[in-house]
Amino acid sequence: MPMRYAYFPGCSANTTGKSFTVSTNYVADKIGFELAEIPDWNCCGTSAAALTSPELEVALPARSLAISERELPGLDVVASCAGCYRSLRTSLTYARKSEGNIGHLRELINMPYEAKANVVSLLEAFSDEDVRTAIAEKVTRKLRCLKVACYYGCAMVRPADVCGDFDDEEDPQSMDELMKLIGAEPVDWAYKTECCGAAQQMAVPKQAKPMIERIFENAAANGADCIVTSCPLCMLNLDMREAEINKARVAAGKAPFDIPCYYFTELIGLALGGDVKELGIDIHFHPAEKLLLVRELDALELEEAERAAAAEEARKKAELAAKIAAKKAEKAAKEAAAKEAAAETQATQTAVQTATQDAATQATDAGEGAAE
Amino acid sequence: MQTLDLSAISDADIGACESIAAEAGVNLKDCYQCGKCTAGCPLAEGMDLMPREVIRYLQLGALDTVLSAKTPWICAQCVVCSSRCPQSVDICSVMRAVRQASKRAGKRPIPEADIFDDEFIANVRAHGVSNEQYLAAAYNVKSGHLLQDMGNATRMLKRKMVGVGIHNTKGRSEVAALIDRALAADAARHAETKSENVSSAHAEGGDE
Repeated sequence: MPMRYAYFPGCSANTTGKSFTVSTNYVADKIGFELAEIPDWNCCGTSAAALTSPELEVALPARSLAISERELPGLDVVASCAGCYRSLRTSLTYARKSEGNIGHLRELINMPYEAKANVVSLLEAFSDEDVRTAIAEKVTRKLRCLKVACYYGCAMVRPADVCGDFDDEEDPQSMDELMKLIGAEPVDWAYKTECCGAAQQMAVPKQAKPMIERIFENAAANGADCIVTSCPLCMLNLDMREAEINKARVAAGKAPFDIPCYYFTELIGLALGGDVKELGIDIHFHPAEKLLLVRELDALELEEAERAAAAEEARKKAELAAKIAAKKAEKAAKEAAAKEAAAETQATQTAVQTATQDAATQATDAGEGAAE
Repeated sequence: MQTLDLSAISDADIGACESIAAEAGVNLKDCYQCGKCTAGCPLAEGMDLMPREVIRYLQLGALDTVLSAKTPWICAQCVVCSSRCPQSVDICSVMRAVRQASKRAGKRPIPEADIFDDEFIANVRAHGVSNEQYLAAAYNVKSGHLLQDMGNATRMLKRKMVGVGIHNTKGRSEVAALIDRALAADAARHAETKSENVSSAHAEGGDE
């Protein structure tokens, strides 16, 4: 299965999504996963294009896909940002629907385009069995004790006719499975695919702010230490706005949240031996390093306790085995003694018998002799 | 829900509502008003019309009510409504189509949402990619919310997430031409639909 893709980084890759990019590259390097950046790609247009015009919605992503087809033939396209992923998939789905559609697209982008390559999300690419195996082989530190709420957002899974059946629309599992692979504990929670508000956090913040608060609330209620994301815009809306939400909560007499957010690639990078700086975890808005240290210590203590428990278990087993061995020896000794005693008795009896017989024989002999 | 005078609804309005649904690829008759879209909508509490009501008013031909509604402009396009609809009505697409029709009618009841999208596309038209810091700045100036997210902008600068440098796609003139072609195709299609609606309304009107 593919370990090499044409890569669509998206506009946030070098700005607000910097940590996603550096952690993706770190993991890719470690496991030999190749990302060939599409030359001269352009913005996918995201919801702004879709809301402006259906033609613009499909044309903007098609230019990058057409360039990829020309410059990186034979490679499927991977998009890390969920918004980019949905836009590229929307355009691809439109193109593949009919000859008329793809012809119209070619006119709009003024380029040859056959819609040959598939488009996948980074989450889907990483969920491939070969990639999972490559990750598992390189894990140097399991992120045990870290309870994660895997947050997929909407664009990774909806609409289904665009995003395909790679994962479930209501209860996706791919990120949960990747987190289990590196030893983290995914929690069961209800807001996996609830919307973060996307660009509406800017346009209609009053209406959109409660969306973020509910996501944090549900993650906390289900015992999560942190939220793991697969989209730079979800990340920005959650991580950057947690402070303002906390401020409002404190003012309303409610307890503030202390839930750091991570990209799934950051956590995989950590498990592969990366440090917080090279993975970009040090530039998060909500402090994200302390939890990792706390859980690292927890994991070490747990490991120690497990080792002690295992040693104790082994000791108990050895003790039992020793007792059993002693008992067995005792039993064997008793049996041997009994056997010996029996043998002795037997011997005595035999001796007595022999003696009796001898005596009888002698007597008979004597009698016979006397008779002679 | 408001009282609606059904006799005041014109055939042209009904035709326009049907055009909006057609643009979204939706048959309005499929909706039986179960309300599942509203139940799942994460923004419903901030909307003036519930998503279900938008569909209902379109069914009734209440064009002005729909075009003046804030709901389509509050919608975040998360698609949960369409995904859960038992009748497979693509409500989310309807929201987009209503929004575009509302803009063409010069309404845009929440100017901020429209300004954001226009500035986003203008940014992409100029550079081929979106430069978030300039998008945010342009949005604040045009929407009049000068201080919005300014604290966050400082935090981003401190983390070197954004800077003053502008990223450009080499083929940005190509991207600009693409955007112009797409918008021209869009406009041409709507001019056609409009003339069809007008002529059919005239034909119906002529019978009276």
